[in-house]
Amino acid sequence: MKFDTSYINSLLNQDHRVDMRKLDEYRKVKVELGVSKTAEGSAKVTLGETVVIAGVKLDVGEPFPDNPDEGSIIVTAELSPIASPDFELGPPDSQSIELARVVDRGIRESEAIDFKKLCIKEGEKAWTVFVDIYSLNDDGNLQDAAFLAAMAALKNTRFPKLKDDKVIYGELTDKKLPLVKEPIECTLVKINGKIIADPNLREEKALSARLTVAVTKEGNICALQKGGDKGLSLEDVDKMIDMAIKGTKELRKLI
Amino acid sequence: MVYSKRSDGRKFDELREMEAKVGVIKSADGSAMFRMGKTIAIAAVRGPRNLHPRFMQNPEKGILRCNYDLMSFSVTERKRPGPSRRSQEVSLVTEKALLPALNLDEFPNAVVDVFIQITQADAGTRCAGINAASLALADAGIIMSDLVCAVALGILHGDKVIVDINKEEEDYKDGIADTPIAIMPHSGKITLLQMDGEASKEEIKQALEKAKETCKKIRDVQVKALKEKYGGMKNEV
Amino acid sequence: MGELKVKDKEIVVPGELLADGMDYLPSTGTYRDENSILSFQVGLINIDGRVIKVIPLTGKYNPKRNDTIIGEVVNITMNGWIVDIGGPYSAMLTLKDASSSFIERGADLSQFYDYGDIIASQIVNVTKTKLIDLSMRGPGLNKLKGGRIIDVTSSKVPRIIGRQGSMIHMIKDSAKCRVIVGQNGKVWISGDNMQDENKAAEAIMMIENEPQAEGLTEKVKNFLESK
Repeated sequence: MKFDTSYINSLLNQDHRVDMRKLDEYRKVKVELGVSKTAEGSAKVTLGETVVIAGVKLDVGEPFPDNPDEGSIIVTAELSPIASPDFELGPPDSQSIELARVVDRGIRESEAIDFKKLCIKEGEKAWTVFVDIYSLNDDGNLQDAAFLAAMAALKNTRFPKLKDDKVIYGELTDKKLPLVKEPIECTLVKINGKIIADPNLREEKALSARLTVAVTKEGNICALQKGGDKGLSLEDVDKMIDMAIKGTKELRKLI
Repeated sequence: MVYSKRSDGRKFDELREMEAKVGVIKSADGSAMFRMGKTIAIAAVRGPRNLHPRFMQNPEKGILRCNYDLMSFSVTERKRPGPSRRSQEVSLVTEKALLPALNLDEFPNAVVDVFIQITQADAGTRCAGINAASLALADAGIIMSDLVCAVALGILHGDKVIVDINKEEEDYKDGIADTPIAIMPHSGKITLLQMDGEASKEEIKQALEKAKETCKKIRDVQVKALKEKYGGMKNEV
Repeated sequence: MGELKVKDKEIVVPGELLADGMDYLPSTGTYRDENSILSFQVGLINIDGRVIKVIPLTGKYNPKRNDTIIGEVVNITMNGWIVDIGGPYSAMLTLKDASSSFIERGADLSQFYDYGDIIASQIVNVTKTKLIDLSMRGPGLNKLKGGRIIDVTSSKVPRIIGRQGSMIHMIKDSAKCRVIVGQNGKVWISGDNMQDENKAAEAIMMIENEPQAEGLTEKVKNFLESK
């Protein structure tokens, strides 16, 4: 670990990365839609060698009492041992909970879904949107891959038929989920004083600090999350947000 | 009540379309995807590796640990994330289905972990999982006396035995005994046998016969997938 | 009568039938089941007279005496260092095997090898329960400073080294790098600059990823000459 970190640091002294990428360059991204036909919407995102799959299921339930005319969204994430020798079986740990909640905030705070359009009968029935994210291979930056997968899956989602307030699963209508915004998340990390985008696994293990930035189409920030053991300066944060705004423009084209 | 025509038009002893790919999870020691009709399973093997807690270690040979689960959206009505009693049982029978084929003598105190996830379920999930796991174990270089091939048969008591049931047949209103069977093709030994319904001894024997025949076709798909990944490799030394 | 079912250098999978009858002898990677010889692993057939072997194409490193390995120091105890060599078993480097000079009891062991240090070492013993003993006493065995490490499949190591070291020497000379190949699938490369190291690394990854061994030497030679 120490050896690899010093190797990565020495490369960064000359602005080089282990896989020859530029400091702000993303790995190759592939988005496949409809990978699970039992889901109402699904997507598989491959970011370099990192692979994440997200599935959307819809169900009808009672709206929350403080928002009787709105539906809701629940985001979960599983960092399964399938994806990495470092993940263990068991209830979600803080890493997977953080990942899910940061994805959730990016979607919720940008008001990407028009929750009012999810209402079926005010105070009685509304749609709940479940977004379940599964990691299949961790080669770094699961966060961004997960967010992209969740957004692509939501975009791919169609309402199932509703008969007498009962959902007929397996029969999809043509009606798509009311997605009105397209937030995208971008994770920047600081290693050896340099700010780089889309860390791969080796870079993640060498980082001193990390910032995930969710950006709307208009270029506003709708979520922030800092991680890592060391601090960030104001200049660092400024630079990271700029890089995120630029980076998300490219990623948005993929969904 | 006679079952005269299968919902998807297949013959009674016809398998669904299969697809297999080896090496789908790059960071795993071995991995594979196996599809039977609309059921898709992904398996990853990690190991032999260090085993904790210590008390689980076997100083004479390595142990096998399997974990099977359905992704929340892989079934019609969303399944809450997390292990269920069903997935724990399937994990156990999967382990028992694979172990007879393995030789873990060279790895005392270590563990071979197999993780199976279903991305799309249309009956026969544990069988697709076993087929994928078998490939993943071979891909990981684990010593195996044979591959393991699994298929779910359906016994219609008083009528017939059908091969590789789909979800509609699993839910058949007049009752079908869901009978998942796993076999090691060379020796013909049965490593998984479960049944869920009512059947006569003769019908069960029929099911076992059909499973044995069908396993050859499953093995062909597995062998092809392995040779696709490793094919063409020759050694100069 | 015995009948061979496969050809030399053919790829086989577990449970595949290699020969019928008692004429052939099962060797590594194969087993006999009554009248048949079958494969135990995914690998390449090697037929030498009447002996059939399967050379595995994948799998974790199986530690053997006299192997040179590259490992990382992960713990320091009273008696020496615990070294991670990949795989399920840690290796132990004791005081007496750590150096050609005498190390006093109670000395600060991290002065010799510290946490995270990378060493090229030799396996001197493997017990039945896979306790592994290492030694640093021998030519070329050293703490490795600088450079980079790449991971390869341990079963590809013979190909990377080549017949009597021919392949690895070709790469070292052409890329002007020091290279140490650990039997455990770790390769250390150290050059004067990044380009030289990249050249060596790419050549080695070519061997790792290339399915065909026929003409591999030519391929690598052409690649090295083109850079």
